[in-house]
Amino acid sequence: MALLEVKGLHAAYGQTRVLHGLDFVLEQGSITALLGANGAGKTTTLRSLCAMVKTQGEVSFDGRRIERMATEDIVRLGVAHVPDGRGTFLNLSTEENLRLGGYVRRDKKTVESDLERMFGHFPRLRERRRQQAGTLSGGEQQMLAVSRALMLAPKLMLLDEPSFGLAPLLVRELFGILRAINQREHVSMLLVEQNAAMALDLADHAYLIETGRVVLQGSSNDLKSNDSVRRSYLGY
Amino acid sequence: MEAFLHQVLAGLATGGIYASLALALVMIYQATHLVNFAQGEMAMVSTYIAWSLINAGMPYWPAFLLTVGISFVMGVVIERVVIRPVENAPVLGVVTVFIALLVILNSVTGWIYTYTIKSFPSPFPKEMALGRYMSPHELGAIGITLVVLLALYVFFRFTPLGLAMRAAAQNPVSSRLVGIRVGWMLALGWGLAAAVGAVAGMMVAPIVYLDPNMMGGILLYAFAAALVGGIDSPMGAVIGGFTVGVLENVLGFVIGNELKLSVALVLIIGVLLFKPSGFFGKVHVTRV
Repeated sequence: MALLEVKGLHAAYGQTRVLHGLDFVLEQGSITALLGANGAGKTTTLRSLCAMVKTQGEVSFDGRRIERMATEDIVRLGVAHVPDGRGTFLNLSTEENLRLGGYVRRDKKTVESDLERMFGHFPRLRERRRQQAGTLSGGEQQMLAVSRALMLAPKLMLLDEPSFGLAPLLVRELFGILRAINQREHVSMLLVEQNAAMALDLADHAYLIETGRVVLQGSSNDLKSNDSVRRSYLGY
Repeated sequence: MEAFLHQVLAGLATGGIYASLALALVMIYQATHLVNFAQGEMAMVSTYIAWSLINAGMPYWPAFLLTVGISFVMGVVIERVVIRPVENAPVLGVVTVFIALLVILNSVTGWIYTYTIKSFPSPFPKEMALGRYMSPHELGAIGITLVVLLALYVFFRFTPLGLAMRAAAQNPVSSRLVGIRVGWMLALGWGLAAAVGAVAGMMVAPIVYLDPNMMGGILLYAFAAALVGGIDSPMGAVIGGFTVGVLENVLGFVIGNELKLSVALVLIIGVLLFKPSGFFGKVHVTRV
């Protein structure tokens, strides 16, 4: 069953049109990757889904049309966003950042245990618990952004370059955690990545975007063996 | 020496009032990066509401609480109706709206209640409590101010709603992405600022008497306090408020009462010239 369905999505920043009728589907429980070069419109696609840019077209989430809804209402349906640039609350502590992630949840007890769970996933964040988040390293802030999104207990996670600024070893660890969360808690994920090889390893399904349109789609294995994808995005 | 000590203590009492109003200014500044010039007039209107309630026969403390509640609602409504539509307007446009609000509140109040000076009751006993040094009202005003400041600190520091309001002020985009209704947080901030201002107004009115222009000078001192502390630092505003209160009284005692208000102006200009970020504010550095 489709959790997210996007039809004919157009988006523009002022006069500059970025998306020209994008179509894609994300299956319930899947990890779907959006691949593409810089400027293809990947980040804009994620922003469009949570109403951070002006759009036209249809977006259905969990059987409900959301393209006219406000960002905070879409989030309240269970769509968490790890934004481009990490979106850290720089002047608040690490723990406060995480608590804000669970702000709209009503089940306060599970929020507490989820907080501990995040510290379990990322022990560095526990060490930095009372520290101002602005003083965290780029990699630590990236972990914080992912954990903050998870604190929502989302149905769908939008991940914009989660590997950005992380050391290769940490990227592998992070992707391992994301896979575990996807399998154990059935959180669906829409992943935007520059690192196509890693993205295709994690994702079940992928769409290739060029200048605001989907040009190719298929299972990750299909795309991995596609000659043009291999040459242009995987580099071998 | 005794007279000097009396001036310092009296300064602390008015300083607490400046601190509250300065805090109200800082709360709105943090969320909008604008100084609400109508903050004083909003407090004045609140004080008239309290006066009407008390004159209608309501006992002081219920009238006090009801006024704080009404003022909170008034702040929220002003944000929603007057400020929200100019949210994205240029700075000068918004400043004009603030000044218009100031003039409208002032003249409407004058029209309803006339400009005749009225006395406003103090809830505290008349006889001197601390010997010669401090009147019960001054002592009570300091107490009330401290209770308000402590309550605000606890609210912002330890409650989820307080955390959300701080988040919305700092980073509206990320706040929306965790589901915070940023617009309502701003309105809530205005409500809280108006409520704090109402307390300041009711505490200062027995000292300066009640008239539509009562807050003019006081807002000037509150500006000085907020600037001394650093316009983006709540703690600084509070410390600045008490500092300005004491300085004003002591210098007034030394150089004469006529020059009191100039102290505030000298402080404002001095801070802006030599330490624009105030003593507790953040220094903003921008790369060009």
